[in-house]
Amino acid sequence: MTTETLKKTPLYDWHAANGGRMVDFTGWSMPVQYTSIIDEHNATRNAVGLFDVSHMARFRFDGDGALEFIDGLVTRKVADLKPGRIRYGLVCKEDGGILDDILTYHLQDSDGKSYTWMVVNAGNREKIADWINARLADDVKFTDHTEQTAMIAVQGPKAMAIAQELIEGDISELKYYQGREATILSHHGLVSRTGYTGEDGVELTVPAENAIAVWEALHVAATEVGGHAVGLGARDTLRLEAAMPLYGHELSEEITPLQAGLGFAMSWDHEFIGKAALETLDKDSLPVRIGLVMQDKRVPREHYPLYSGDELIGEVTSGSQSPTLAAPIAMGYVARKYAAEGTLIDVDVRGKRHSAKVVPLPFYKRK
Amino acid sequence: MSTDNLLFAKTHEWVKVEESDGAKIATVGISAHAIEALNDLVYLELPEVGKEVTAGESFGEIESVKAVSDIYAPVTGEVIEANSALPDNLDSLHEDAYDNGWIAKIKISDDSALADLMDKAGYDKMCAEEG
Repeated sequence: MTTETLKKTPLYDWHAANGGRMVDFTGWSMPVQYTSIIDEHNATRNAVGLFDVSHMARFRFDGDGALEFIDGLVTRKVADLKPGRIRYGLVCKEDGGILDDILTYHLQDSDGKSYTWMVVNAGNREKIADWINARLADDVKFTDHTEQTAMIAVQGPKAMAIAQELIEGDISELKYYQGREATILSHHGLVSRTGYTGEDGVELTVPAENAIAVWEALHVAATEVGGHAVGLGARDTLRLEAAMPLYGHELSEEITPLQAGLGFAMSWDHEFIGKAALETLDKDSLPVRIGLVMQDKRVPREHYPLYSGDELIGEVTSGSQSPTLAAPIAMGYVARKYAAEGTLIDVDVRGKRHSAKVVPLPFYKRK
Repeated sequence: MSTDNLLFAKTHEWVKVEESDGAKIATVGISAHAIEALNDLVYLELPEVGKEVTAGESFGEIESVKAVSDIYAPVTGEVIEANSALPDNLDSLHEDAYDNGWIAKIKISDDSALADLMDKAGYDKMCAEEG
């Protein structure tokens, strides 16, 4: 794919003008880093990080049947979602394989009318839109708002204070996984207390034409407290430390939610596509997601094979140097009998075996 | 250190060739441009002293947070010394790629590969073209 055909977020010009090293990420030209992955990672853990997540797909559903309709598509019950609440869930195929992990928001407009918002991984936008359209109920209207809006994640211990400066009304009243419409720099938008770093914070959704003004105001405030604009590189090390699964790595159509350690995202008291298959799976026979810390300095990376003695037992799905732990860490899948805490496993690093220890997830938890 | 008398491989290693007791000794490191691109360095595997290396073949590895890269021998010969202090001081490579940042010294047994190396101007031009 040539750079001419890559999609650009409303913040592209800012990234390019401010040292963003741009890469192709699922068809979008996105900054992988501005200065250094470790600087950006530590700024988020210690102060605040700003992330352009406008490439993620944003869908809106209107109509009285919207939440009921989505309820049938996701593993987590959402039909009972109260206004202002957000839930993480998985969209599965009939056989239980994961099509995507998504967030469902129950929102209200200024007239008090309910609608539903959904955030979907950038690389799965068309797949999920097709999945929805093929099943759409007559009383539900589905629209894709991705390109008319921008989404900015503000994450870290100082995130709430930074974001509050731009937003009318007290956002500290929002609890984790709540969201609402808001006036952001005197324009209409959404604020949701969600994120993908293991830190506290919010994600702001604003009209595309306001994106640069909002981002620049956040950036000025963030810089004053030691914050930083953060690229995809540090977004990946942050979410890896927090053990959040990434689609295409820990999650795929070949992996079921039961293996991925996402039991919290399953509710069995409602009907959803894939439920019947997932109920009959022999859970104990499936590989499970584990965390590994290397016993030396070699960095485990995606697809590196995992061994117990001479037996190939799985592979790494994500791995990196952990800036917070100052040690190389990884997630991967192995048979349940190798998943116990403290088990030593060998990682094949480019033809040489290096020892790693199974540790509980997440690697990092905010205090 | 001046880069005037250094040669560069297209795989981003630098080479300084000096005569010693009638032998040609190549001191090898990684260019400042490559160090800058690798950015957050976390691990360096040095070549073993005594190892026979072949120009164009991997003789070490360097890891950044983002990726692992081979270090290629720019010349053919025997590794006679490795910079054992370097793996514990990788951050120093950002300030000092061309002096204390040397990785290994190779006693050249066949100097034909030297003809494939570029001077600094040629290397800078290649980097600019790569973007």
